[in-house]
Amino acid sequence: MIVRILGEGQFKVDDDATADLNRLDADLEAAVERSDNAAFTAALHGLLAQVRAQGAPVPPDILEPSELILPHEGSSMEEVRKLLSDDGLIPG
Amino acid sequence: MGVMKRVSLVFKAKANKALDRMEDPRETLDYSYQRQLEMLTKVRRGVADVATSRKRVELQMNQLQQSSTKLEDQARKALSMGREDLAREALGRKSSAQSQLNDLQAQYAQLQAEEEKLTVASQRLQAKVDAFRTRKETIKATYTAAEAQTRINEAFSGISEEMGDVGMAIQRAEDKTAQMQARAGAIDELLASGALDDAIGGRRDDIQAELDQMSANSDVELELRRLRGENENTPPKELEGGQNGGQNGGQAAGSAQNSQSAPTQRQAQAPSAPAQPAGLPVSDLPEDGA
Repeated sequence: MIVRILGEGQFKVDDDATADLNRLDADLEAAVERSDNAAFTAALHGLLAQVRAQGAPVPPDILEPSELILPHEGSSMEEVRKLLSDDGLIPG
Repeated sequence: MGVMKRVSLVFKAKANKALDRMEDPRETLDYSYQRQLEMLTKVRRGVADVATSRKRVELQMNQLQQSSTKLEDQARKALSMGREDLAREALGRKSSAQSQLNDLQAQYAQLQAEEEKLTVASQRLQAKVDAFRTRKETIKATYTAAEAQTRINEAFSGISEEMGDVGMAIQRAEDKTAQMQARAGAIDELLASGALDDAIGGRRDDIQAELDQMSANSDVELELRRLRGENENTPPKELEGGQNGGQNGGQAAGSAQNSQSAPTQRQAQAPSAPAQPAGLPVSDLPEDGA
């Protein structure tokens, strides 16, 4: 499975790691819904660390869309909300 | 559905919308390639902009560092002349320069990180664009429009995700640069106003002016004491030599004549002259006033 960290590139992550990632992702989503900044940061950093640790960088000349996309490291909760909205941050 | 999946769907939706706008799928390839080249230009310009901004901050950091060092020197001098008020003023300004400097250091690190990220992003995009071009040529040469559709979609969504990512990175870098420029402008004004140190701009600041004035005054005092010292020493010599009586009267010109008429005595006197006013270490002040 290919996971992208925005601003960092794509990583190939074993499907076995999915459960861990999904748990952290659920935390992240809940934190955004509750507007809980501390939980948001913890979940986001946990996710990023997991992907970096377990994933292998995808060579840059591979043209494949990612199954999962993670906000960049310094993202604020507001940025993530915008990212999730259709006319949000992504240009074009 | 978690955040990660939703974000990836948003990206895919964007790509599909763009694809739907094209009538002939093969047109998509050329159109998209043009956009990729534009994005490459944009990201490279982004790298250059961040670098410019970083260099400006670097320049200001150097200026503030100079200013801070100079103010400390001034404080030291003022203190040695017994002017604690001046020393306080100089140290107050130094502390303000120092806190600006600390601020700038943090921003400098941020800009550096941003520059690195953008550079890597631009290299990654370049590799993807090259891959896309190869694939585009293969698809156009090998397939009919109908057959090509799936392959075009694959290539397109792969590159469009990268473009979206790079586009956001450029935006972030632009935001940071804009913030930085506002601050840099404020610091330039501060430096130009002379609140920190006019000497940087080649002008004299008020602390330096006062120190120079004091040092000039004490030079006069030094000179006076030296001449008085000569006078005190001369009478016995005059008695021995019996020439010129009291005519020398403490004038500098007189002492020059004196040195011609009595070279051996002058030599004996010379080393003692600088030692006399040792209470003030001001003798090395004037050279710093420049």
